[in-house]
Amino acid sequence: MSQSHRLASGGLVDRAAPLNFSFDGKSFSGFKGDTLASALVANGVKLVGRSFKYHRPRGILTAGSEEPNALVELRTGARREANTKATTAELYDGLEAASQNRWPSLNFDVMSVNQLFAPIFVAGFYYKTFMWPAKFWEAIYEPAIRRAAGLGRAAVVPDPDHYDKAWAHCDVVIAGSGPAGLAAALAAGRSGARVILCEEDFVPGGRLLADGGTIDGLPAAEWLARTLAELGSLPDVRIMTRTTLFGVYDGGTYGAIERVNDHLPQPPEHQVRQRLWRIVAKRCVVAAGALERPIVFAGNDTPGVMMASAMRSYINRYAAAPAKRIALFTNNEDGWHTVEVALGAGLQVAAVIDARAEISPAHRSLASKGGFPVLHGSVSGVDGGKTGVRKLSVSLTGGARAEVEADGLAVSGGWNPTVGLTSYHRGRPKWRDDIAAFVPDGAPPGMVAAGAANGAFGLGACLREGFEAGAAAARDAGRAGNAGSAPVADDEAFSLTPLWHVAGKGKAFVDQQHDVTASDIELAQREGFESVEHLKRYTTLGMATDQGKTSNVAGLAIMAAVTGKSIPETGTTIYRPPYVPVAIGAFAGHHRDENFHATRLTPLHHWAAEQGAIFVDTGLWKRAQWYPRAGEKDWLESVTREVKAVRGGVGFCDVSTLGKIDVHGADAGAFLDRVYINTFSNLAVGKARYGLMLREDGIVYDDGTTSRLAEEHYFLTTTTAKAGLVMQHLEFCRQVLFPELDVQLTSVSDQWAQFSIAGPKTRDLLKEIVDPSEDLSNEGFPFMGAREVALRGGVKARLFRISFSGEMAFEISVPARYGEAMARNLMIAGQPFGVTPYGTEALGVMRIEKGHVAGPELSGTTTAADLGLGKMTSTKKDFIGRVMAGREALVAPDRQVVVGIKPTDKARRLRSGAHIIPKGEIPGPDNDQGYVTSVCFSPTLDQWIGLALIERGRERIGEIVHAHDPLRGEDYDVEICNPVFYDPDGGRQRG
Amino acid sequence: MRITCPFCGERELGEFTYLGDAKPARPAPGASEDEVYDYVYLRDNIAGVMDESWYHGGGCRAWLKVTRNTLTHEISAVEPAPGAGARQVAK
Ligand SMILES: [Zn+2]
Repeated sequence: MSQSHRLASGGLVDRAAPLNFSFDGKSFSGFKGDTLASALVANGVKLVGRSFKYHRPRGILTAGSEEPNALVELRTGARREANTKATTAELYDGLEAASQNRWPSLNFDVMSVNQLFAPIFVAGFYYKTFMWPAKFWEAIYEPAIRRAAGLGRAAVVPDPDHYDKAWAHCDVVIAGSGPAGLAAALAAGRSGARVILCEEDFVPGGRLLADGGTIDGLPAAEWLARTLAELGSLPDVRIMTRTTLFGVYDGGTYGAIERVNDHLPQPPEHQVRQRLWRIVAKRCVVAAGALERPIVFAGNDTPGVMMASAMRSYINRYAAAPAKRIALFTNNEDGWHTVEVALGAGLQVAAVIDARAEISPAHRSLASKGGFPVLHGSVSGVDGGKTGVRKLSVSLTGGARAEVEADGLAVSGGWNPTVGLTSYHRGRPKWRDDIAAFVPDGAPPGMVAAGAANGAFGLGACLREGFEAGAAAARDAGRAGNAGSAPVADDEAFSLTPLWHVAGKGKAFVDQQHDVTASDIELAQREGFESVEHLKRYTTLGMATDQGKTSNVAGLAIMAAVTGKSIPETGTTIYRPPYVPVAIGAFAGHHRDENFHATRLTPLHHWAAEQGAIFVDTGLWKRAQWYPRAGEKDWLESVTREVKAVRGGVGFCDVSTLGKIDVHGADAGAFLDRVYINTFSNLAVGKARYGLMLREDGIVYDDGTTSRLAEEHYFLTTTTAKAGLVMQHLEFCRQVLFPELDVQLTSVSDQWAQFSIAGPKTRDLLKEIVDPSEDLSNEGFPFMGAREVALRGGVKARLFRISFSGEMAFEISVPARYGEAMARNLMIAGQPFGVTPYGTEALGVMRIEKGHVAGPELSGTTTAADLGLGKMTSTKKDFIGRVMAGREALVAPDRQVVVGIKPTDKARRLRSGAHIIPKGEIPGPDNDQGYVTSVCFSPTLDQWIGLALIERGRERIGEIVHAHDPLRGEDYDVEICNPVFYDPDGGRQRG
Repeated sequence: MRITCPFCGERELGEFTYLGDAKPARPAPGASEDEVYDYVYLRDNIAGVMDESWYHGGGCRAWLKVTRNTLTHEISAVEPAPGAGARQVAK
């Protein structure tokens, strides 16, 4: 299609590279170098969306990331992205965009009837609406409002693209590559500083791209090219385009989002869509420029009303005419540039409406040369609709009225320095009367603002301030090279008469994205919401995705006017990052799906996978849960077989995930005495002992077996879950609490593959593995023995005669690299004995049968006595948690303690989590006496059994109580019993 | 935030774990229940400069006493715990 509004020449678009795209299904063409917005402008498209609450027709207001109106759904399917600003979306061939918030079509939107119901949607409508009867709200209003309000639709399937996270370190990071940012980069780069210059646009240059000018006697474009070439020749200067510096964090850390491949239909293979940068910099120069601000008047949201500077961007940078007959409404000198640019591009100028009393002679002569009138006054109304501006009503100074016919209106209300970055550490900007704007008042450590971001609006001032800031930043970072001389340009006169709001009939919008009008602000004030923080939340001013970049200052100026306060007295709300919306996907980076966290595999993992093991996630670990065999119908059948195989023969289980810590030193025993409730200093070399650790508040922290391998060497194991935390805790004890002890800790969890080998034929199997010289007899290696042994072939292993299953059992550790070979050898050597690998499920069944406590009982609320381990507590020494464990409530006789339970109906399945209630009573919080912690089907007893924490449980063995499970809707009786269901004398494990 | 570990140098926050107020000293064996109770439960939470315990778990595993302004996050001193090792490793 023809680009009806494309200018015949000029611009930074590549006319040799036409691109096709579609908007709302209609085909258009643009050029490389266009944004979606500039391509729409070039095609004469004015209506691009419907507004949030009232569904009013909206066009394009700006040419940058501050855009409140021109938000589209970009791409389709899984890549559909809502609320994408057409003003920053780079055009690519095949781009598909759709307007938002309209039904059934942009031209005919039934929801625009909302305008008739406008009284419902005034300030505070959420709060007021919530006060209606709740039923009414849920049934009628909420669904209706949800359908009516809101912006684009997110994709409803997972994002197929990848996002990356990266770190960068430098001396000076610069936000913005306009004249100030480039000058800063020149000064810092020439000084020898490592510089990162972040530019959110895809082309560096900032306002130079639209406004031109003369620098060092060269046209801006030539100076820009020369400067970029010089920066490119400096090895430590990096210019990152498509990258927004969005936040500043403690210690000179900056957040930046790089849109690596957003300008392509989809990222090339093996490339990421976006990259989140954390940049650590000694100094930061904020050269983020300023944003032109609107003037609020009736109909100011009509398509065709555009910021004056944005109009210059479209004409000069993109060679696209936003209108054919333009009017300008300004309160300052700078707006007039748009008239010059429009005339230069051969467009008609209908009139200039200037709110100031005085107009410069140069502009007067421009008007007479251009043949357009200059009207002193304000635009007070717009005649137009979805097809755009047609006619303007003007209130002339002195009270007369006039009308101007135009199809586009450029508006300039002055400029607001971009004070976000400098204010993100709760800084408050200060008001400057001479430019009627807030400017930074200090900044986070190491940061300084320069140029327009600092309120210096002239080109010469921008270059000067930027250069000085860059040179100073380099010096502060210890780079003292010669910065050379600053680029020079003229400064222009700045004359502005503040004007925020023109009274008139019809809706006058302050926040166009959230449809907040000037009368909403007046209403908020009448209803008592005067503070700017209240105003913001009550009206939702500035709370949309644009964060009020074009609306906040106007909003508080209007509030100031109605309260009779000054603007600085009214104050600003708190500024918070990010400066632009950042996709959650970028924050997540590669940490999604199976990479959400690291995955730890045991040394036996691949062998277990070969065996067909089913794995369960245990923290970061994958653990073999059971090993199904052909013909087994469910997990229970497999687990039951594994348990029977162990109890009747021999099996082995991978317990490599246990935390393992070597404790060395002359005071190793004394150290362990202080961290366990029981004593280890008197443990004989070659012996193992079960140990229990408390927190300092007296609650059980962790348990495990610790062995003494040599006089000054203990080997400590922790539970899988607490491995890292126990190491941290022990280091705290060693380094902070007991620095006088001679002891060292080494985490060796990853160094050893550990196996539990259990069952009456364990010794037969081990004999095939261990060197024949090792004595494995009951005398040579008694229960709770622990020592280093040689395996056949010479590998050194650590062998422990400990049992979790209640069977004759050993645990054996081999260096991790031999783990897989060990598993294969056990299978081969164990074939004659029917060796069976078993998983964590069978392990759990056997520990419940044996009444051992584990994670569900070590719940962070139980004491040693609660677990039935009170007798382990030494009274002869101090240890972590000793004193607090003696507190009245922790030794009370009515505490919930670990007991066994069996269903009275032997066929009944138990489930953990069920509450224990005295039999015959109605369940309630007052008679809740505990809960079921662990259950299993016991193949040995041929019924379900469990462990439970029950009030005074040990005094109630034999009592029938009620299990109440409201979650699953189950109620049944269970008998309280001894928790050791299997071999209570322990004869089997000692045999 | 960035913390300069005496052993590892300046590292980013993610490598460290925060414990809290570093001031409470564990009472000697034989202390009363009240003394131990205070040690376990009473913590200062200062709006301003305080000494805190941090663990460099993502690095050298040293426990550190970090002097930090809780209002500005400015860190003015970092000391290794008494048992963390020599502050200066011989070069
Ligand atoms: Zn360290």
